[in-house]
Amino acid sequence: MSHEFAIVWAHKDRLLGGFANTILLSLLATAAALALASAIAIALMSHRRAVRAPARGFVDGMRCIPFLLLAYIVYYALPSLGIRLNNWTAGLCALVIYNAAYMAEILRGAWASLPREHIDAGLAFGFSGLKLYRRIVLPPIVLACVPVMGNQIIQIIKDSAFLTIIAVPELTHEASAIQSMYYVPFAAFVSAVALYWLLCRLVELAVAAVEHRARARR
Amino acid sequence: MPSHPARATADTAAHPSPLSGASERPVLEVDGIWKKFGDHDVLVDVSLSVRRGQTVCILGPSGSGKSTLLRCVNWLERPDHGHIYLSGQRIGFRQKSELPMSQAELAPIRARIGMVFQHFNLWPHLTVLGNLIEAPIFVQRRPREEVIAEAEALLEKIDLREKRDVYPARLSGGQKQRVAIARALAMRPSVLLFDEATSALDPELMGEVLVVMEELAKDGMTMVVVTHEMGFARDAADEIVFLDRGRVVEVSPPDKFFDVPKTERARQFLQRYGSSLRTGLRDVRASEARQ
Repeated sequence: MSHEFAIVWAHKDRLLGGFANTILLSLLATAAALALASAIAIALMSHRRAVRAPARGFVDGMRCIPFLLLAYIVYYALPSLGIRLNNWTAGLCALVIYNAAYMAEILRGAWASLPREHIDAGLAFGFSGLKLYRRIVLPPIVLACVPVMGNQIIQIIKDSAFLTIIAVPELTHEASAIQSMYYVPFAAFVSAVALYWLLCRLVELAVAAVEHRARARR
Repeated sequence: MPSHPARATADTAAHPSPLSGASERPVLEVDGIWKKFGDHDVLVDVSLSVRRGQTVCILGPSGSGKSTLLRCVNWLERPDHGHIYLSGQRIGFRQKSELPMSQAELAPIRARIGMVFQHFNLWPHLTVLGNLIEAPIFVQRRPREEVIAEAEALLEKIDLREKRDVYPARLSGGQKQRVAIARALAMRPSVLLFDEATSALDPELMGEVLVVMEELAKDGMTMVVVTHEMGFARDAADEIVFLDRGRVVEVSPPDKFFDVPKTERARQFLQRYGSSLRTGLRDVRASEARQ
């Protein structure tokens, strides 16, 4: 057993390279998905049906598609529409699109329960449109849904493992490569699990810290 | 002590030149406002005007349309008919064309009307200072340093300097409402609207807010105050507008209104609510003097 771990240790550069990719993908996907979700949430809350309906359709659609299939579609099917992305970019796009739908729904829920008074005050003080959204609406709703957003970020990290099927060199992919080359499945996968656990734990700690600050404002 | 920059408008208002006075166009004119919610007439042909430096108190039973009237002034509620002018500029409709203004067009006008809400409506994600400087910086686009200095002076004025970096959730109701008043003043508004500013407060916290409001009135701030505090209305108002079932029933100076109300409705109202007259020091003194 320790022999297996020694082999993995010998190839730690590869494993850590995959880990770095996982971290980078998760970070970028979180940032981009949150930005996209903020925009979709506006559409979800729109009074105009023509704006609301497509956003609703997108969110509901994404929630019914397995992530794995979406990754296949972005990487293998989009080229037939003339959109050709390399596997890393395709993987990132799939993560962003998929999780933005979930995050938009989270933001919409928090927005719907935001007291009308804050918005009234915003309007009365001369805020309107995007400025009202960015300065008055978005900050409290983001703060209100910190714990749920934390879960979604962890979901992004775990979803990123699926990207091994389009050969994105992330953590699962590298662990899998090490195990198939040296036949050390237990050590390779357990090492990957430990690194995922570490990353998710860090996210949980960060979320707890942000939540602590958010609570001071409630 | 040098006068505070935020008070500049009010200070000038406090000492209008003898020639300006009556001939000057009112700061706020409400002209024949109607508002219906469903089948219910909330406001029926309501008119009032507020001159610079005046404090107008709007009194009336619950459900008489007082808050709706205030919310119509800054277009948080859209009146069905009628005109509202702020310093001569029509609110809600574009000049010449009768097209309604967009939210973006309303925004700069709203920024000139300060509003203090019943439930404070402070922004929870911002500190006390953050609440004060948010709109001056992001709506009025004034220089940050200037705005902060002014906000700090306002906090000093309402005696809450030490709460500068505290979030609203950590304040008492009275403190929240004082911050809300300072937030409105930080905009250097032409007129300040108070929508039952003390109704959500415990009786022991009302005093600190009423004191701030009385000082503002004395300093010559132009104010429209919807209130149930008869004592405040009597002490601070230049004019009482009595609203009942959406109609202006009586407009009188406070001494006339409270002592010799013109209408039966006002008499009934005072009989019912007069007992809740806040017995401030002045009231006690006044009643002693009368005896």
